[in-house]
Amino acid sequence: MRFGTVKYSVKQGVKNISRNRMFSIASIATMAACIFLFGIFFAIITNFNYIVEKAEEGVAIVVYFDAEATDERVEEIGEEIEKYEGVAEVKYVSAEEALDSFLSDYLEGNEELAEGFKDDNPLVDSDNYEVYLESVEQQEEVVEFVEGLEGVRKVSKSDVVAKTLENFNVLLAYISGAIILILLVVAIFLISNTVSMGITIRREEIAIMKYIGAKDSFVRAPFIIEGILIGVAGAAIPLVILYFAYGKAINAIMSKFSVLNSILDFLPVGEVYKTLLPVGLALGVGIGFIGSFFTIRKHLKA
Amino acid sequence: MIELREVTKEYSKGIAALNDVSLKIEQGEFVFVVGDSGAGKSTFIRLLMKELEPTSGKIQVMGQDLGKLSHKQVPFYRRKIGVVFQDFRLLKDRNVYENIAFALRVTETPSRVIKKKVPAALSLVGLAQKYKSFPKELSGGEQQRVAIARAIVNEPSILIADEPTGNLDPANSWEIMKLLEEANQRGTTVIVVTHNHEIVKMMNKRVITMKQGNVVSDEKKVGV
Repeated sequence: MRFGTVKYSVKQGVKNISRNRMFSIASIATMAACIFLFGIFFAIITNFNYIVEKAEEGVAIVVYFDAEATDERVEEIGEEIEKYEGVAEVKYVSAEEALDSFLSDYLEGNEELAEGFKDDNPLVDSDNYEVYLESVEQQEEVVEFVEGLEGVRKVSKSDVVAKTLENFNVLLAYISGAIILILLVVAIFLISNTVSMGITIRREEIAIMKYIGAKDSFVRAPFIIEGILIGVAGAAIPLVILYFAYGKAINAIMSKFSVLNSILDFLPVGEVYKTLLPVGLALGVGIGFIGSFFTIRKHLKA
Repeated sequence: MIELREVTKEYSKGIAALNDVSLKIEQGEFVFVVGDSGAGKSTFIRLLMKELEPTSGKIQVMGQDLGKLSHKQVPFYRRKIGVVFQDFRLLKDRNVYENIAFALRVTETPSRVIKKKVPAALSLVGLAQKYKSFPKELSGGEQQRVAIARAIVNEPSILIADEPTGNLDPANSWEIMKLLEEANQRGTTVIVVTHNHEIVKMMNKRVITMKQGNVVSDEKKVGV
């Protein structure tokens, strides 16, 4: 296509929007609402994933050894576990550390009672490895591997936490996927309606174009540009609003529920927008293109 | 140049808008197609524009078998044909210059060529001064002259005018016919569909008369 033709098509596309102002505004507004909701879901999901990841880092399996296992063997077990794929960190906890941890967890404020255990450590066989995983999904596999190692007496794992996090993650992805899909269909339908309206208004012009030898691509171009421009505007508006609203929303959550401060850690806006910005814009352009392309194609065939 | 061989067009089964029509129009001819409403004149034009497909028969234009033209080739075929309508069909939101330039833009003509061709076409129809006017500021005759300028600016081989004087008074009608004749003298084949018997008589050209989908007469000249 010639540069002059591109310029002409863009000009006509902009003209279509202003000629068809009310419908264009309605389309942009709906599109903006869709992308706004998409942005909110996206921010929630990425933050949840981030929180889950953080939580997963804290989900460990604990490996206890046979009483006969020598220090060398214990060391070897640690090395073997560390080498296994999906293992993030292996931490050795001695029997003394295990007792200290137990005492501070359960007998805090009862120092006298705690003192009684000092010389007679009941957890003498409880030295262990705390194994941290990269993802909870790998837990089962790692446990199986560790249980098969010589010198390992017992492996404790927290199935409940791991499974709950995993299931909730999947559920959230399904729900948000379904909502986003519905919104996309609505947005495509609206853009298609707006372009249809534009085609009706310009029916005469299209007929003349075709009579004097316009190629289909020439007739289509302004409508596709119209759809894309609506898509870009409909994406840019909510993305700008969300950008500024994100920080404020997180501050509000943190100040209202200060108890969460120590548990939750939210992603900075820049981190969320690294993906949200290109995806949001691509979504806008994509919806605009699909909505207008198929509509004009249908009308040109008729 | 244009040849119809046993062309029939049925819109619904059994009712033929054109019935086994055969005719030939040579390059550089000026032909009137006359007939009452429903005679098949519009169908004839729509077939020539490849807006419709014949039910049977063969149409050949400028050496091309229209039945063999693909959808993609149709725009290029139409660029060789200029069309003028009874209701002018100008774009109301664009001025005279833009209306004529539109025909060139559609065919993706470079801007520098458009800048040369549009004033030349406007001069041919005598509207060089009114290039900035919008259609609503022009008389019917002037609007039809703009439509002719738009039809000839691509220098088509064939010019089809569908009732070009239908909305005009006698003086303007005559002006329009003179413009079409000038185009014909420059080598363009001109086909005029009309009801205006007076003009047909005065122009002294070939007249094809249609009735109920049939060609009932084809006279070279009807006399002055």
